[in-house]
Amino acid sequence: MLAGKAWKFGHDVNTDEIIPARYLNTSDPAELAAHCMEDADPNFVKVVQKGDMIVAGKNFGCGSSREHAPIAIKAAGVSCVIATSFARIFYRNAINIGLPILECPNAEEIETGDELEVDLASGIIRNKTQNKEYRSAAFPPFMQKLIASGGLINYVKEVANRG
Amino acid sequence: MGMTIAEKILAAHAGLDAVEPGQLINAKVDIALANDVTAPVAIREFEKIGADKVFDKDRVVLVPDHFTPNKDLKSAELAKIVREFAFRHEITNYFEVGRMGIEHCLLPEQGIVTSGDLVIGADSHTCTYGALGAFATGMGSTDLAAAWATGEAWFKVPPTIKFVYRGQLPPWVGGKDLILYTIGQIGVDGALYKVMEFTGEAIENLSMDGRFTMSNMAIEAGGKAGIVPPDEITRAYLEGRSKRPPRFYTSDPDAQYEKVYEFDVSKLEPQVAFPHLPENTRPISQVGDVPIHQVVIGSCTNGRIEDLRLAAKVFEGRKVHPKVRAIVFPGTQQIYLDAIKEGLVQTFVEAGVAVSTPTCGPCLGGHMGILAAGERAVATTNRNFVGRMGHPQSEVYLANPAVAAASAVAGRIAGPEEL
Repeated sequence: MLAGKAWKFGHDVNTDEIIPARYLNTSDPAELAAHCMEDADPNFVKVVQKGDMIVAGKNFGCGSSREHAPIAIKAAGVSCVIATSFARIFYRNAINIGLPILECPNAEEIETGDELEVDLASGIIRNKTQNKEYRSAAFPPFMQKLIASGGLINYVKEVANRG
Repeated sequence: MGMTIAEKILAAHAGLDAVEPGQLINAKVDIALANDVTAPVAIREFEKIGADKVFDKDRVVLVPDHFTPNKDLKSAELAKIVREFAFRHEITNYFEVGRMGIEHCLLPEQGIVTSGDLVIGADSHTCTYGALGAFATGMGSTDLAAAWATGEAWFKVPPTIKFVYRGQLPPWVGGKDLILYTIGQIGVDGALYKVMEFTGEAIENLSMDGRFTMSNMAIEAGGKAGIVPPDEITRAYLEGRSKRPPRFYTSDPDAQYEKVYEFDVSKLEPQVAFPHLPENTRPISQVGDVPIHQVVIGSCTNGRIEDLRLAAKVFEGRKVHPKVRAIVFPGTQQIYLDAIKEGLVQTFVEAGVAVSTPTCGPCLGGHMGILAAGERAVATTNRNFVGRMGHPQSEVYLANPAVAAASAVAGRIAGPEEL
């Protein structure tokens, strides 16, 4: 079960806002995290707490294929991203690096500061502040394991070692 | 049931007779490429896997183009990681500064990608090669690492949307205007997870360079691929260039499309996309008075020889406005050389335009033309997101090379016919 506060963003949040290209001269997760969401909200990294969640509208993560975007979000301590829809490459990258993301049609009802609880196994999102419950498509078990392993490469290695 | 080009390519690479949208497949990839920003992450993941060699040293392509020639110390370190990996694994298609180009101009030019290919690249504009009738799509570094080890990747077969462009294009209107207009109509997620198939009279008459521009920006509509049916124009381009035999796939008459859009483009004007999304398009006649500070002509979208010819035609005998900096980035060394031989570089320099070595540079706010707060640029590039070319309070307007050149002369956004 994930628990944290919501930070709300709009539609079409792109990878340049998530991690501007001027910081792509490194792939160090901690350095990237220091600039997470900088061009959408320069204060975000100062206020975000470990476990908090990013909430957004449609097409989150559109633009570049940079895996640095989900890496920056994960390394900033964000426990998951909830949006009405995700751009394709970002969706795949997030899963591959072990950042949980949930597609939820009610994402826009969530406000900044709302206390959320997310059960990845069932896909249920509880909004404790608004006393509401939303459904998102649950991850199949292999994908839950993949995310818990920390991403695709670790998962593949674990599976291979189990032999 | 009939299949689309995309479905036929995916089926062939998965060893299946047929596939349908929604189906999950594992497929062999022909080419897996990465650049100086995405390759270091892929190399880190590749080494975690513990594989001792890449699946095929001729099919892994590495092009350091984003921050090269190295813009700073950290970028130099990234380029070094890529270079050392390339030498260690004897990668055939590694391109050093002086021999390189912007990846999506370079790979087709060198015949590394061809019709019927399945290509994945750790760069979102990998979809450019759809112009050759290939299935090419952007992925992240981890997917690339896995493909480098196995030669395979998994795909969810996407549905296809067909675009039919009727009529002949007016002067100064080309591939850039067609794709900007299309994105303006369907939105930046109008083709999310889907294949865009570009057809119709206007496409049949469009040059290869114009087709590359269209396929290049499929991702700006959320598309997984942007495919042009291969024809005689494709064949002529591949002649003497393609390193592997091309395979021409066409969509069956009874192929299933999720949607069909038909546009009459016989009266289409040059299009300009306003900040901060490529969908904010307006015809040039409705732009109004927008003073500008910089013009960028180049990139994987519009850095090909035909683009430079168009720009030079506008700059010929004219000067860049005193308050504007204009920079031209030829897409590859070959394009640079052709531009010199054709006298285009002389036209640019005489007009007061800076001509750079090939690099992605300013397109992504990397280097070689970063904007300060409050500055505005007209660019032939592909994205105008917040902060894309520099300061978060700068602005980028997307347009075709002729509009960009005319704007550089006028000092405000202008079409070539206004000069």
